[in-house]
Amino acid sequence: MFAWRADLAPDRDGSSRFLPWIIALMVYLAGLALAATMVLEQIAGRWSASLRGSVTVVVEPSVRDGGADIDARVEAALGVIRTTPGVLSAAPLTMDDLASLVEPWLGEDLLSMGLPIPRLIDVALDGDGGLDLAGLAERLETAAPGSRIDDHKIWLRKVLRLAHAVELTAVVVVALIALAAAATVMFATRTGLAVQRDVIEVLHLIGARDSYVARQFQGKAASLALRGGLLGLTLTGVTVTALWLAARDLEGSLPPAVRLAPPFLTGLAALPLAAAAIASITARVTVMRFLARML
Amino acid sequence: MAGANHLVRFENVGLRYGDEPEVLRDITFHLGPGSYHFLTGSSGAGKTSLLRLMYLAHRPSRGLVSVLDRDVAMMPRDELPGLRRRIGVIFQNFRLLDHLSAVDNVALPLRIAGGPKDVIREQAAELLTWVGLGDLLDAPPRTLSDGEKQRVAIARAVINRPSLLLADEPTGSVDHNQGSRILRLFEELNKIGTTVVLATHDRTIVERHAHPVLHLERGTLSVHRNAGAAKGGT
Repeated sequence: MFAWRADLAPDRDGSSRFLPWIIALMVYLAGLALAATMVLEQIAGRWSASLRGSVTVVVEPSVRDGGADIDARVEAALGVIRTTPGVLSAAPLTMDDLASLVEPWLGEDLLSMGLPIPRLIDVALDGDGGLDLAGLAERLETAAPGSRIDDHKIWLRKVLRLAHAVELTAVVVVALIALAAAATVMFATRTGLAVQRDVIEVLHLIGARDSYVARQFQGKAASLALRGGLLGLTLTGVTVTALWLAARDLEGSLPPAVRLAPPFLTGLAALPLAAAAIASITARVTVMRFLARML
Repeated sequence: MAGANHLVRFENVGLRYGDEPEVLRDITFHLGPGSYHFLTGSSGAGKTSLLRLMYLAHRPSRGLVSVLDRDVAMMPRDELPGLRRRIGVIFQNFRLLDHLSAVDNVALPLRIAGGPKDVIREQAAELLTWVGLGDLLDAPPRTLSDGEKQRVAIARAVINRPSLLLADEPTGSVDHNQGSRILRLFEELNKIGTTVVLATHDRTIVERHAHPVLHLERGTLSVHRNAGAAKGGT
């Protein structure tokens, strides 16, 4: 499979034995990096989409009265919010909702203990940016002292910045893997050139152009890289599938469910072809430079 | 300037490898189209070096080497392959590619020149049959005798119908009968217009044929005319 019919002696330099394995490992690592990028992109995208177009209004319990007037202040805040242009809807979270939110940290008996906890109002906006947040904050402070607006932007910006940094790192990792693959092919080709020098000289002396000799090395390198790439792709597929199945079984996990998106699958499938292309181009450049020093 | 009536022209040519002393000194000779020359000299006299200059494996260290009207020293590197395709070379140690069959070795010059695949194999097989190896088309060179390898090498050298045929000790590793057969083959090629230079240290071969002799002695060349030599250069 993928054997290359060549004038060069097969397997004389040993590169055909180790090159596919190295390329397989590189394609595997590049595949995992791509997978990590895809997961982060989806998580960041979903968080961003779910939080865009909404704000949360927090009504803090008053220390002096022990939170006795908090229901009245929530009603007052709702009145202000619902009459504000740009607001689609506003709904306070129920006590049960609030209890379930703090339950992991404060336990189940929170409500019976009578602890004062902040009330939250989920506000849906009509579009993104049509609301005067500063004006709303002022009016809320007047109508319901102790209220503040959390528009998630600061938190979301930090999360997205982190996600993009990780994505960039993954891209750099893939680029470094491509460079390492090119360097590996270059050294393998140089070894092949040294070992097959006598054959190359014969080819030259009977009229072969440099490009003819280069094509022999290109074909061999591309064939070996494609074989290694397919092996690496298989390993990536097995790993990604196993991780995806494991993640799918998690209940109530922090990251939203990840799906195998078609662009990601296309990118993965292109890795062996990219490896073959890199190997072919690198082999050609290496051979042409080497032969330019011969007569 | 290259001479119009000379297929090969050497003027005051010197060749040295690296910083070593010159292995060829002040070599001057001309070979006309369709000529047949012997190249003689003892071992180490410089026969192979002279042939390497003629088949463009080296450029001269000094002097003019013109092959097929092209100044080898001044030629751009990318034009060398085109010129080499007009030169057939039979190397002393055959230099067949061991991983290819006999017919693939013979077909190599045509493949390199880019001919149609089916025609290439047909021509190579035809030529191998002509040199008496029609039943060994797919045999790898390691299974062939030296005489058979020599004939494969000859077939590879002539398949492109070269204008210039250079043979380095082509009868050195074959018996008398096979040697005679190879020499008859060269005579036939010469009759159809191929210029032949045959390097040998076998004086009996030279004496049996009426062709001019280029004789090398310690890197310097002298030209001798055999009795009855009808055509050739100087």
